[in-house]
Amino acid sequence: MATQAVSISNLGFHYPGTSKPVFQHLDLNVAAGDRFGLFGPNGAGKTTLMNCMTGLLSFKEGSIHLFDKEIRNQRSVKELFGFVPQDFSFYHELSPVDNLSFFGAWSGLKKAAIKQRTEELLEVLDLKEVYNKPVHKFSGGMKRKVNLAIGVIHQPKLLFLDEPTVGVDVQTRHVIIEYLKKLNRNGTTLIYTSHQLNEAEELCNTIALIDEGRIIAHDLLTNLLVEHKEDGLEGLFINLTGKKYNDAGCIN
Amino acid sequence: MYKLRATILKDIRILFRDKVGLIFMFGMPIILAVVITALQNSTFELVNDNKVPLLLCNRDTGEAGKQLVTAIEKVGLFNMKQVIGNKTEKEISDRMHAKDALIAIIIPANFSADMNVKAKNISGKALNELGLETDSINTNKETIESITLMYHPVLQESFRQSIKGALRSALQLVATKQILKALYFSLNEKQLPPDLEQEIVSNEIGINEIPISRDGSRNIPNSTQHNIPAWTIFAMFFVVISLGSSVVKEKVTGSFVRLKTLPTNYMVALLSKQITYLIVTLAQAAVIFSIGIWLFPTLGLPALNLPSDLGGLFLVSLITGWCAVSFAICIGVFSNTLEQANGIGAVSIVLLAAIGGLLVPSFAMPASFQVLLRLSPLHWCLEAFYGLFLEGGKLKDILINILPLFAITVIFQLIALAGLKTKNLI
Repeated sequence: MATQAVSISNLGFHYPGTSKPVFQHLDLNVAAGDRFGLFGPNGAGKTTLMNCMTGLLSFKEGSIHLFDKEIRNQRSVKELFGFVPQDFSFYHELSPVDNLSFFGAWSGLKKAAIKQRTEELLEVLDLKEVYNKPVHKFSGGMKRKVNLAIGVIHQPKLLFLDEPTVGVDVQTRHVIIEYLKKLNRNGTTLIYTSHQLNEAEELCNTIALIDEGRIIAHDLLTNLLVEHKEDGLEGLFINLTGKKYNDAGCIN
Repeated sequence: MYKLRATILKDIRILFRDKVGLIFMFGMPIILAVVITALQNSTFELVNDNKVPLLLCNRDTGEAGKQLVTAIEKVGLFNMKQVIGNKTEKEISDRMHAKDALIAIIIPANFSADMNVKAKNISGKALNELGLETDSINTNKETIESITLMYHPVLQESFRQSIKGALRSALQLVATKQILKALYFSLNEKQLPPDLEQEIVSNEIGINEIPISRDGSRNIPNSTQHNIPAWTIFAMFFVVISLGSSVVKEKVTGSFVRLKTLPTNYMVALLSKQITYLIVTLAQAAVIFSIGIWLFPTLGLPALNLPSDLGGLFLVSLITGWCAVSFAICIGVFSNTLEQANGIGAVSIVLLAAIGGLLVPSFAMPASFQVLLRLSPLHWCLEAFYGLFLEGGKLKDILINILPLFAITVIFQLIALAGLKTKNLI
């Protein structure tokens, strides 16, 4: 049996002050080494699920294990994963090097390791020329690269990516996707969510579709396309989730 | 330890890139300290050294009027400009509006005559009391027409009162002279000799002013000794603008989200902020004290004298800084936007400063505020600094101020932690 990077069992969650649960009895497994995509309409619960998996939201029902370690109340589990949030989560006044130094230390790296990883990341993500400039002067694409670099500085076994390429040009998207594939080849499990379905098709081998807090499909992307007689993720998405708008559900 | 070092380095880098914050923390209090001390110093000098411009309109042609003019001159408070006696109040008022003078005194035309009558009446009564016969009592004329004191509305009440007091002294002197002369004449049938008159009315008893101090020194407190501690505290608490904003920025820019996913406790970040900004507050104190010691004398202002207990001064500065930092973190934790942090932070510091006696002396506050001021940390900071700077006290003398300050600081820390917990930030 393959090692599970993520194992969610019987998860129940609702936001404080609301009676309607976002999830009830949700189960999901992601195998180690997968490039896993989590998709669904707005308000389906993708971000909430990702926040539960990264420990940002605390839940009372069920369990989430990352590489067999329970996410709740275990600091050591946080060393296993990296997180690339949709929002730019760094210090805009600081340069990429300063940001990486700080977040590297907080990720548990020592000075020498931070220096080595910083040089590697600046090179591979094409940030060498601006390594010492404050990030607030950067374009959206460059900021996305910095956001990604911070998430992977400690070479996590598992990487959560929430819309990692939103708002970037084709070239930057290509650099980011190629780098993510490289990370995966080196053993990092990817958990990815996005509305860029073409990009998702290119990156993900396994997907799950979530709608109204339930997993409605979960398999290899190729299997799902064959099963539902679709030739792309967009068609599959519409086929399984319907055409109705679901934005009102986004308001918690 | 490496995490803490990296975090402090990050906070220092962010701080140095926040030019506006640095100006707020260092520039503004320095400007305030220089300007307020200079203004207050000139107010002291206005009272003590400079002369208040005064228009004097003597409508009286008699001896008592002249004596009163001389007595007013001798008060030493005024730069007197005499105007001719036929000027109307309107004309005098116009000159005052033109800022020719802030005060005008009008001596009524029959001042000497009235004064003579009153002096004779009093001397007559005195002789009667002694069993001597006299015919000098005039029961028809007992009151003297008032002296008119006109003042510019910019003059504060307390200053007007001191001018009135000086004028009363001058009047008292004239009245005493007149009574003495009348009494002497009644007894001796001749004028009082000038040297005897001078000997009788001159006041040889001096007033020895001694500022109290714990260390026995008799340094006279000046505006610098008063202002530098007050504005240093104000400056230290103004880190709320930079630190409060830093905490809010961390929350709203999403850095918090990432920090929460990392294997490091957010308490490291809080500790780092406290250490960084504590260093900033101590640097502020050092800069402002240095300005008081070295820059003020070159600007013609009194130099700051550091207290003898430098260890005590360091400890008070340290706890004041820690309290300021704790307060700033509280503001940052409970504010949701930068505007809230800046607005609430700045207004609350001014309020706490006002309540704490930094803007108005605490002894001059109404009774209800005497209780309220104990809730302001700035009050305890000021009392502790004054204990060292003005009273020449040692650390043991100001413990009574440090302990409440320490307690308030701990309360701020607990409130900040509770806020972080409630908001699911730790």
